[in-house]
Amino acid sequence: MQISVMLNGKKVTEDIKPDLLLIDFVRNHGCYSVKRGCETSNCGLCTVFLDEKPVLSCSVLAARADGHAVQTLEGLQEEAAEFGAFIADQGAEQCGFCNPGMIMNAIALFRENPAPTDDEIREYLAGNLCRCSGYEGQLRGIRAFIEYKKQGGAVCR
Amino acid sequence: MQVVGQPFRKKDAMALVQGKPVFTDDLAPKDCLVVKVLRSPHANAMVKNIKTDIAKRVPGIEDIYTWEDVPQQRFTMAGQTYPEPSPYDRLILDRHVRYVGDPVAIVAGANEECVEQALRMIKVEYEVLPAILDFRKAKDNELLVHPEDTWKSLCPVGADNKRNLCACESSDHGDVDQVLADCDVVVEETYHTLANQQAMMETFRTVCYMDTYGRLNVLSSTQIVFHARRILSNALGIPKSKIRVMKPRIGGGFGAKQTVVAEIFPAFVTWKTGKASKMIFTREESQTASSPRHEMEVSVKIGADKDGRIRAIDVYTLSNTGAYGEHGPTTVGLSGHKSIPLYGSLEAHRFAYDVVYTNTMSAGAYRGYGATQGIFAVESAVNELAGRLGMDPVELRLKNMVREGQTMPAYYGETAKSCALDRCLLRAKEMIGWDEKFPCRDMGNGKVRSVGVSMAMQGSGISGVDVGSATIKLNEDGIYTLMIGAADMGTGCDTILAQMAAECLDCQMENIIVSGADTDTSPYDSGSYASSTTYVTGKAVEKACEKLQIKICERAAEMLYCTVDKIEFDGHRAKNLENGETVTLQEIGTSSMCGNECALQVTETHSSPISPPPFMVGMVEIELDKETGHVEILDYVAVVDCGTVINPNLARVQTEGGLVQGIGMALYENIQYSEKGQMMNQSFMQYKLPTRLDMGKIRVEFEESHEPTGPFGAKSIGEIVINTPAPALAHAIANATGLWFRELPITSEKIAMGIMKQ
Repeated sequence: MQISVMLNGKKVTEDIKPDLLLIDFVRNHGCYSVKRGCETSNCGLCTVFLDEKPVLSCSVLAARADGHAVQTLEGLQEEAAEFGAFIADQGAEQCGFCNPGMIMNAIALFRENPAPTDDEIREYLAGNLCRCSGYEGQLRGIRAFIEYKKQGGAVCR
Repeated sequence: MQVVGQPFRKKDAMALVQGKPVFTDDLAPKDCLVVKVLRSPHANAMVKNIKTDIAKRVPGIEDIYTWEDVPQQRFTMAGQTYPEPSPYDRLILDRHVRYVGDPVAIVAGANEECVEQALRMIKVEYEVLPAILDFRKAKDNELLVHPEDTWKSLCPVGADNKRNLCACESSDHGDVDQVLADCDVVVEETYHTLANQQAMMETFRTVCYMDTYGRLNVLSSTQIVFHARRILSNALGIPKSKIRVMKPRIGGGFGAKQTVVAEIFPAFVTWKTGKASKMIFTREESQTASSPRHEMEVSVKIGADKDGRIRAIDVYTLSNTGAYGEHGPTTVGLSGHKSIPLYGSLEAHRFAYDVVYTNTMSAGAYRGYGATQGIFAVESAVNELAGRLGMDPVELRLKNMVREGQTMPAYYGETAKSCALDRCLLRAKEMIGWDEKFPCRDMGNGKVRSVGVSMAMQGSGISGVDVGSATIKLNEDGIYTLMIGAADMGTGCDTILAQMAAECLDCQMENIIVSGADTDTSPYDSGSYASSTTYVTGKAVEKACEKLQIKICERAAEMLYCTVDKIEFDGHRAKNLENGETVTLQEIGTSSMCGNECALQVTETHSSPISPPPFMVGMVEIELDKETGHVEILDYVAVVDCGTVINPNLARVQTEGGLVQGIGMALYENIQYSEKGQMMNQSFMQYKLPTRLDMGKIRVEFEESHEPTGPFGAKSIGEIVINTPAPALAHAIANATGLWFRELPITSEKIAMGIMKQ
């Protein structure tokens, strides 16, 4: 079947097998930031935006993205660098394998709620597993980023 | 110090947070073969017949290999220094399959789809044999996991395949039985820990291809490039010189990738076909056919006087190495050697162990490496002893803990030259408010708040064995390249080693390029495991940089026409003290590339005869719901003595991450086998990792000591940090409920059922 997807702002039209998953579709198109961590929708590593909403690309058929916009971290490099710097300043990126998924979801959180509380952060990002950091450093980085935004850092988005 | 002790960002941080393609699968050639293995559905069976002809006809299939196609030389997949203590008990594919998940056939094809299809079309006839699933019944069982005569043990570790023994030993100091008989109080209990999965976010994976020179190139997510080269050479029966192993960024390791779990299969395929190939483990494979922690049952006898003087500790550990012996003989030692020495004034101790084969998944190396299991047992027993003595467990520890300057007979007779354990305990006590909170407070709403404590230690590298090396060279623009064979698996060793180099060479962090690890270009390093990198490789960096600085001064002396003793070098500029003339580092670097016979490059190697232990204390406050058994962590405080802290951010995050893994091990992460030997927790649905909702507050502080043999006074940090949660949580739960849980994980269900039975 043929699908047409607006992938990171560029229209991609391709013949695909109906059972192709969105994660494999985007990786086939060079979006290597999207990682597979579990195959059971438990880890959050494969988070992408489907029409600006975060979804787990391992649980979405590529066919469902037909006619829609898909964004990965490759299309959000400036935001990733701006926010990611605060994670890096804590050393909380560690191995980095879970970072793209967590950062995608964090960007989604900030768009919905620019000044979340600690509990709101934990809840929103609960589906993003990290085995290295113990989460505390990520939380410190997120808090610092929110504070930076409050102090007038560039508008996120 | 300008650079050491500063919270520098990791050198790879920005690439990682921006999701750059830096991991193994991101770098795989587009058209490479996909490799998968067919796995045994039986815990113990012989392959009577295997038919691959129909499967081979699936379009896109390159080839299928069975036990008949592989070399018949046994080897170990354990990444250890040769001669490995782990027995040579593996074949790439064995006719005798020994656990559910053991590989039966290798399939290589153009894509995942055709390979999956071919896997389904292979017909195997098994002769199913009875299996040993209970490790308590393995020793001297008439059923043998490894009956074959080609089984081989290279080291005298007490292994005997005809007794299902992977290792056994007993050592003692003083007359334990006599001292215990003379004690006022003796606690005697047995503790059981399970085969936890490291569950690093990036599963096992390897890409292979042939290079210009007809050599096998292996790009792998591994902690041990040099050991991997030897293991592949052993397995494939080809010379080591034909193999190159490299690691890109690694998506977490925690010891899992100290075993060659994935590499052998694609390496075999590429060597046979000449074509590039890759093997990416699914999460299910990572859960069920990998290299988890050794399940252990640790029996502790601990005796004390009425006044709380601990006089003797007797530890016996039974360890389950599973179907193969990777890391079996070595992990078990730490269960005694890194628990008993926490207590400094013992009159006697004894430590004995058996490591047995069973028909369960083979175990491997996991952060803590046996110390975690032993410390859970001994620290729990000490907490139980405090209860029996009616003493505050903090007071009991202050009275008995090892102190700086003491000799540790149970720790290879080493002396604790740097030990701030006492300060760690006092600071943790103050941070958590122990005196107000111990043992518990009933909140009046069905919930109880309580506290628990544990101490811990680990080593810093394997004494007399681990080798760390560093090559440092000056480039023409005054920038240095630091080449290492240690593997940064997210821990930040590239960065902290660069910090040490920058400190030695008086330069900025950005002036150090770090490169590694690659068996063709890196200096030899045992690899990143055993908490060795900061302490062992770090010292090699320090030594190499000191020597390079001398060479730089010599070159400058030639350029400035003076003797080297008249040169003053500040890291940027060398000055002739006689006439004040100077040359810049850039000029020195450039001059080394014209008419020069002296390389501005140094390689230094380091190995340590001792393994100075880092120490720490963990204290936890929980709120336990007596109705549901739910344990909420309110506050976890950890105070660590890792010697000098090289990078406070990275040391803190190591600690926090280790604590959360330890909390997972203590409360959630369960391993269950069916009656047929199938491991049931094969996904993240059934194997619950802690999420950020499961964590309360975690607070980490450092009480530095100065280790005279370490680089800048540093010891290790990577492993010790996983050791306190299990005993501290078991203690807090006991303080809340009056029930001692001696088997992990302590799930809410177990607590609720325990309370009901009370």
